Amino acid sequence: MAFDHKHLIDITEYSADDIMTILETAKTFKQVNERRIKKVPTLKGFTVVNMFNEPSTRTRSSFEIAEKRLSADSLNFGGSSTATVKGESLVDTVKTLCSYKIDCIVVRDRWAGVPRKIADVSGVSVIDAGDGKHQHPTQALLDLYSIWEEKGSFDNLHVGVVGDISHSRVCGSLIPALKIMGCEVTVIAPPTLLPARPDILGADHVTSNLDEALPELDVVYMLRIQRERFEGAPYPNLREYNLLYGLTEERDKLLKPDACVCHPGPINRGVELDSFMADHPKRSIILDQVYAGVLVRMAALYLLLGGSNDGIDA
Amino acid sequence: MNDESMVKSVCMDADDIERAVTRMAHQILEANKGAENLALVGIVTRGDLLAKMLVHKIEEIEGVKVPLGKLDISFYRDDFATHMSPEVHSTDIPFSIDGMTIVLVDDVLYTGRTIRAALDALMDIGRPAAVELAVLVDRGHRELPIRADFVGKNVPSSSSENVRLFLEEVDGISAVEILDIEPGKRAGAAALTKKEGE
Repeated sequence: MAFDHKHLIDITEYSADDIMTILETAKTFKQVNERRIKKVPTLKGFTVVNMFNEPSTRTRSSFEIAEKRLSADSLNFGGSSTATVKGESLVDTVKTLCSYKIDCIVVRDRWAGVPRKIADVSGVSVIDAGDGKHQHPTQALLDLYSIWEEKGSFDNLHVGVVGDISHSRVCGSLIPALKIMGCEVTVIAPPTLLPARPDILGADHVTSNLDEALPELDVVYMLRIQRERFEGAPYPNLREYNLLYGLTEERDKLLKPDACVCHPGPINRGVELDSFMADHPKRSIILDQVYAGVLVRMAALYLLLGGSNDGIDA
Repeated sequence: MNDESMVKSVCMDADDIERAVTRMAHQILEANKGAENLALVGIVTRGDLLAKMLVHKIEEIEGVKVPLGKLDISFYRDDFATHMSPEVHSTDIPFSIDGMTIVLVDDVLYTGRTIRAALDALMDIGRPAAVELAVLVDRGHRELPIRADFVGKNVPSSSSENVRLFLEEVDGISAVEILDIEPGKRAGAAALTKKEGE
């Protein structure tokens, strides 16, 4: 089994085998996370910079926990301390950081393409923790992990992705990742929240009718309504959105008996997801997704920062 | 399973392995005055299978089934930066090791670095009363102050050679073979030709 990637920026650069390697490695980290000493010395002496140029609580804390549990030293950089507010260019900031002899940059930025630019100028491993409306590959991996644990495999799975497609970087990684793993994907959104060319999403079906699509789905992936990214008003009000596209208690009876519900968080309760569904003991795997975030980020750091792949000394 | 031309000699066949495991089971019981408070933990990917054989043998002799666990040391290796193995196997120790006498089981004892890593891994899981080491083959060339308490066979070897255990359960045949190391490769366990349980 070979794993030759240095960066995790674009999920479409990964094969189904690469993704399975990450998911299987993530699973082995469960044992570490569930014992009293939740730490292994694997990345002792490695330095990881978390460069978050956009607000993030859960992704950043999940990366930080992953780094700490692997014994890497981590530095949080960004927010108000961002050098760009003093006029420094991104490239200069990255080169400065690299002069500290770091090993990895985890980057979140409001502009698409920033992680690739950093990879080009830095020489260290780069993990995209969300760039603009482009990609969020570790989110896609934790979603795949949660679905894999819940369903046992990706064979014959039909996944519906519902909601704010056009503003979503989660979609930018999740839909291609689901297709790489062989799932059938249906995108469900109001026309005003779809990109101008929905075909570029790579989904098998695109529809605006949630009630028609729901009975077919094994996994219902609800996206967050990103009020902070809206220009104009793509729908009249939140109540109308909930009536047409929210996963409400009434819609529970439309679902297959074993269908599960995912959400990348944070949830707008009563908008895209009612509390009945968000807290549903059988259907909701939302908190499993949060836990999976630590597991797949540990796996990604382990595999990206590891050396060459050959035998094991006795 | 192997390129025949690389095999220099077979130093243990299936019967030799069976006899060595029987003797080691007796020695473990003798040294620990029985099976009380004893547990076996095998290091993947061959030590766990040897540990299972020892548990069966101890049960035959003593009538007691001692707890069995397996340990993967990938996250504790001292050469992660240069030789990461992407194939991580799972650690599964389904009992508390606190206060137990743990017999670590591995196939081939060589530099001692695997055992060093295994001791660290074990200490992060709990606090055993004592840790002992059982290996089927001791091939010498230690780089750390580590020795085995129970040894199946001492096999003097050159560092240009590889000593590998094959077990019927995963390889289709049981033997300990001495092979030349292929250019560019390192000493180490053979990849599993069959997955466990298949």
